[in-house]
Amino acid sequence: MSQVFESIFSTGFFFSVIRVATPLILASMGAVITSNAGITNIGIEGVMLVSALTGVFASAYGFGPWFGLLISIITGVLCSLAIGYVSMSLKADSALTCIAFNTMAVGGTVYFMYAVVKDKGTTIALNSGKLPSLEIPLIKDIPVLGEILSNHNVVSYMALVMIFVVYVLLYKTPLGLRIRSAGKAPNALSSVGVSFLKTRYIALGISGVLGGMAGAFMSMGYVTWFSKNMTAGRGFIALAADAMGNSTPLGAALSAMLFAIAEALSYALQITTISPELVQMLPYAVTILGLIIYSVKKSSSDKKKREQLAKN
Amino acid sequence: MSSYYKGHPQNLVKDIGYRMKEKVILKVENILKVYPNGIVANRNVNFEVYEGEIHALIGENGAGKSTLMKILFGIETPEEGRIILNGEEVKIENSKKAIGLGIGMVHQHFMLVDSLTIAENIALGNEPKKRGLFIDKAKMIKQAEEYAKKYNFKINVTDKIEDVSVGVKQKTEILKALVRGAKVLILDEPTAVLTPQETRELFAELKTLKKQGHTIIFISHKLNEIMEICDRVTIMRHGTTVETCYVKDTNPQEISNKMVGREIVLHVDKKPAKRGEVCLEANNLVYVNGIGKKMLDGVSLKLRRGEILSVAGVEGNGQAELAEVLTGMKVPINGTIKILGKEIKTFTPATMRGNKVTYIPEDRMRNGCAAKLSIMDNLFTDKIEKYLKLKIFLDRKKMKKQSEELVKDFKVKCSSINNQVQVLSGGNIQKVVAARELTEEAQIIIAEQPTRGIDAGASELIRRKIVEYRDKGAAVLLISADLNEVLELSDSAIVMHNGRINAYFKDTSTLTEEELGYYMLGVKNQSEEEVNAILCEK
Repeated sequence: MSQVFESIFSTGFFFSVIRVATPLILASMGAVITSNAGITNIGIEGVMLVSALTGVFASAYGFGPWFGLLISIITGVLCSLAIGYVSMSLKADSALTCIAFNTMAVGGTVYFMYAVVKDKGTTIALNSGKLPSLEIPLIKDIPVLGEILSNHNVVSYMALVMIFVVYVLLYKTPLGLRIRSAGKAPNALSSVGVSFLKTRYIALGISGVLGGMAGAFMSMGYVTWFSKNMTAGRGFIALAADAMGNSTPLGAALSAMLFAIAEALSYALQITTISPELVQMLPYAVTILGLIIYSVKKSSSDKKKREQLAKN
Repeated sequence: MSSYYKGHPQNLVKDIGYRMKEKVILKVENILKVYPNGIVANRNVNFEVYEGEIHALIGENGAGKSTLMKILFGIETPEEGRIILNGEEVKIENSKKAIGLGIGMVHQHFMLVDSLTIAENIALGNEPKKRGLFIDKAKMIKQAEEYAKKYNFKINVTDKIEDVSVGVKQKTEILKALVRGAKVLILDEPTAVLTPQETRELFAELKTLKKQGHTIIFISHKLNEIMEICDRVTIMRHGTTVETCYVKDTNPQEISNKMVGREIVLHVDKKPAKRGEVCLEANNLVYVNGIGKKMLDGVSLKLRRGEILSVAGVEGNGQAELAEVLTGMKVPINGTIKILGKEIKTFTPATMRGNKVTYIPEDRMRNGCAAKLSIMDNLFTDKIEKYLKLKIFLDRKKMKKQSEELVKDFKVKCSSINNQVQVLSGGNIQKVVAARELTEEAQIIIAEQPTRGIDAGASELIRRKIVEYRDKGAAVLLISADLNEVLELSDSAIVMHNGRINAYFKDTSTLTEEELGYYMLGVKNQSEEEVNAILCEK
């Protein structure tokens, strides 16, 4: 047992939490933007996956990992807008559109991977490179903290910055005000002559940027190749983080961190005799638990609100 | 002019002076609006609004007021006609254009974001910026405060919409329009949601607006309010403007007569009612809606076998809630309902239906039918247990036979009983609903606006059927805004005003529309004793 505690209370564990949290934070920021605009963007899972693959191709056959990141972001935006076009302009059911897109993403990425590298599992054969890690001056020299916070992939730092950027965007800019209005009362937006559809497209586009970054991190940071279905439900966990964080950037980021801790814990516990399958269940069990806590909390506060209304 | 002048002689010079400087700011000519379903909402609509006046638009439900206002605000486009603003013909294709032309609208249902502050709601769409990217919050609040002060609105602009009263929400909507430079402000039944105190505040604010040169179009069907605050009134009836006159040259009776004036004479052949035992007895029903407004304020009535009791009233005075309470769709906070002497304990549609209450709802597409199911499937939703084989399988054969009979009996125009209900016309959909609800078993039939918006033929059939089932011994409560229908179809009538019954007429044969109109608008009210006559056993 002491072995377990040692592995958990080590700097390596906390370092890995941040590493694992990176795609979750980025994707949950994307989910925060879209859910504020009134869209449940289940498609973010597929967006991440497709972006992860295009990033690898662009990096290997283009101009390296930075170019790969750019292409991942562009892919994310285009995929998100395509989902938006089908569900908002063509008015298909949005959940079905997203599920179809996700399913297509799983199959489609394998197809193109095989077409290019003749391998249905991974693109390891491709020398696609890795986005650089950064040593943070000053912080890296602090004992313990330095080991945890420094020397992460550049995208991990971007993810932390994105929490702040999304916060400012949502609460401090005209666009944020419109995005929040589009989610809460689209006809209020229309009544002042702003198209809520356009606002939602913009929100989807921004979530595509974030989803694209998350995808790029998966294949050019977390590991250095693309593998079949490598996002493995991280997009869905990001949606759960968004819901648990009440669609606020900070709340969603903290929830994403919680899920990341659970995931890192499942890796750390694998050295023990506890069944690895059980351990691997952990992040998902925490997700469900989190959603239950969230919805219980929400329904009780809703009830209070109604009672207040009845009193008045 | 002086020979026709009805005001006090001392005011003559002043009044003429006032009339002389009138300038037409907005004029509509020969507007025709036909909705895709063929309903003519506006026809030969002509009216003029003077700059700086408060102009009332009054008419019954469905008289075309809202359509006209939607046309002016660019939500609907008319098929024919011209809109002239400041002497120039304009085309208003959308709300953005209307706002650009200086027309603002305060909808009955507020268009606000609850989670945002008043200032944010006002600024939405043209937010003040700093450093090119961020919202200048201080400037946004200052701007909202300045406007509130300019028009003397007492509000705290940093409050969130979800925390403020309906009156403040309305002020926010008005400010939203004013900030966007509205010179002509359209208010769609602004007082419908307000308490008397809030109404007084609103009127003070409207007077301030008028003083500052704004023109206000005030849609209402509350006569006393129009008399109090408006300069002129345009009366609409059946989609057409009837007349525009100065408020001070007219009186409530005159306006009421012009509003309800009979055009189509309707006649239903029916024998005198043979009233039987009391079927339904409601006592002191009170219902409070989601925003805390008392929609039913102590309603008591008795409904007897073999009679049609109609409920007249201007929309929003509690008739809809009465129907919903009596059918178990809403639970009253006070009062009792007895059916055949037995008190109802649980208010659900199932218990009411179990007690043989049937219901033709006003919103036939939402509450009356499953639009995507077939005619046959819709006909048996409430009595499917009678059409089962081995208690679990649908007896399609029996259903088919019965459907075919009903379709023939109610003259539903369709190519097959397997047609989806949504492909039928409004009148035929209503026939399907009526065919389901009007059955031998029905003891109490609650028919809410059963002929609204449907063609004459279907209306006539449904009215005839209602009479037929009355003669078979059912008790009918007919809620209708159509006074012709109230007078022709019903045996007795009550009028609802502000959630209360303010008139009861045991015999409607001598009643006139004018008389009914006075009670509907609250110009006249019966004494409590006269109203309570409905509770007598005979």
